[in-house]
Amino acid sequence: MISFVVSRLLQAIPILILVSLIAFGIIYLIPGDAAVVIGGPSATPEELEQIRRNLGLDQPLHVQIATFYINLFKGDLGRSLTLGIPVMDALIARSPITIGIAIYSLVLTIVIGLSTGMLAALNHNRWIDQAATLFALLGVSLPNFWLSLVMIVLFSVMLGWLPTGGYIPFTQDPIGWLRTTTLPAAALALLQAGLLTRITRSTLLEVLNQDYIRTARAKGLPEWIVVGRHALANVMMPVVTMVGLVLSVLLSGSIVIESIFGIPGIGSLLGSAISNRDYPMIQGGLLFVTTALLLLNIVIDLLYTALDPRIRVKGR
Amino acid sequence: MSDLTHAAQPSRLSLALASMRHWLRRLAANRSFLLGAILFGSICVLTLLTPLITSVDPNALSVRNRFKPPSDQYLLGTDNLGRDMLSRVLNGARLSLSIGFAVVALNAVFGVFLGAIAGYYRRLDDLLMRLADALMAFPAVLLAIGIAAALGPSAATAIIALAVVYIPRTARVVRASIMVARELDYVQAARAAGARDGRILWHHILPNCLAPLIVQLSFVFAYAVLSEAVLSFLGLSAPPTQPSWGVLIAEGRTYMREAAWLTVIPGIAIAVTVLGLNLLGDGLRDVLDPRMKVEQ
Repeated sequence: MISFVVSRLLQAIPILILVSLIAFGIIYLIPGDAAVVIGGPSATPEELEQIRRNLGLDQPLHVQIATFYINLFKGDLGRSLTLGIPVMDALIARSPITIGIAIYSLVLTIVIGLSTGMLAALNHNRWIDQAATLFALLGVSLPNFWLSLVMIVLFSVMLGWLPTGGYIPFTQDPIGWLRTTTLPAAALALLQAGLLTRITRSTLLEVLNQDYIRTARAKGLPEWIVVGRHALANVMMPVVTMVGLVLSVLLSGSIVIESIFGIPGIGSLLGSAISNRDYPMIQGGLLFVTTALLLLNIVIDLLYTALDPRIRVKGR
Repeated sequence: MSDLTHAAQPSRLSLALASMRHWLRRLAANRSFLLGAILFGSICVLTLLTPLITSVDPNALSVRNRFKPPSDQYLLGTDNLGRDMLSRVLNGARLSLSIGFAVVALNAVFGVFLGAIAGYYRRLDDLLMRLADALMAFPAVLLAIGIAAALGPSAATAIIALAVVYIPRTARVVRASIMVARELDYVQAARAAGARDGRILWHHILPNCLAPLIVQLSFVFAYAVLSEAVLSFLGLSAPPTQPSWGVLIAEGRTYMREAAWLTVIPGIAIAVTVLGLNLLGDGLRDVLDPRMKVEQ
């Protein structure tokens, strides 16, 4: 097990190096002189020089890369151009909010996805199945920012159940947190749940055809035990593998969703960095989120191995 | 002698036509494919026929006709500047679909090229696949946003950003099927007969990868339309003078309370297009490449 953990971490290193190189290279995609793009048309030559010096653009490329990695090891992602504070500090300060909503949304995703997928599989080829399949397809086809806007109009403006935006920290007022995060979490979850519904449905349909399910039924077990205990254990496996993917999409979605709902998390931080051309923040945010996801995926892999005896036996 | 065998066998063309008819018949029997084809097809037809449907300039202002709800005169209503939404949505379709199609075309070219190289030449495989892994480690839309933010807003930016995001995924699909095809007996036979690598790849291996490629590309089209909407919503795609669907939603957003149709209609257009493409992809996968069904 320990050797598996170590090898899994070692495998991640080349990818992490490439990921950081890509994030580093983003600034070189800026057409023309990056300092002019950042400074805007009104910037004086002195200001442009200042921007170049701050970003290290006046140094030769290999020095820039070396400095980038040295700083990276110190946990320094540079300084935000608009906020004037270190990018790392801003990201760390904002991340609990985004993580909280991501977890809330993940829970909603799993609950909705698993239950619709199971309903569909247990009512195979009946109207419930068709409706669930349609729901799953709509989930992967609707733009999530559009869904958020429609939900705001429906639940906030017309029905007045939930606020149209804003954020109340959980520690300050848990009910207020729920009220402000439910719409964004649901908007993110409804789309992801579609994916999970499809996987749960197809896996469960497959599992229900297995011999051991027939055995369980034949020995007279009630259906809810057959499904709940025997079948579901096998359905959970693909669900666990999905979590990494779901979180990745949730975090992408949070840029737009947090901006729409006015939630001060990483998403809206990056959203405003984009409109302000705050490149160190964009670079840092990309790297931060992607590294977090890579590490999370390793944890999920380990969990998966711990949960599934079949993989353990193979002695990976 | 050679003439005789030639006459006895059906020509290549008629063989190809027969196999095409075979697949078309099977596709026509697939409900998901049919529904997807109808949805996506009607969006395409409407887009192509735009000049016949409305001759109104999508950017023509008409201050007296602001915020007109959908009616006989304005089928989809007008926006905050009195611009005709029907014309704006239809013209937006052209842009959204063109960008999506360009991303698909780039995927077809570079995805196949890189996937083929990686799958066929083991030496390059490691390097290319590490690079693909790294690109795929980024959340897709986030990377596209990052690239587009650096390149500056334009339709070309959206195309490049989305191509960079999805090409590694396409290359992986191509690579996987090439690695299977490479070991097939007749490919080995061709190699033994002294065929060159290029010929083996093009004539013997690639045709085997066509089915998964087509399926993948139809999904890439769906993702591209959806992600382009996000990019243009954030103002990272084409400028507001040539509004794609995402821009229309962003513009309508301010007036959601009093003129919800401004936001709802472009969203439905995106949903119908992407839903159609997803159904199309599902149908294609069921018919052309049933093996992939299990994985998804």
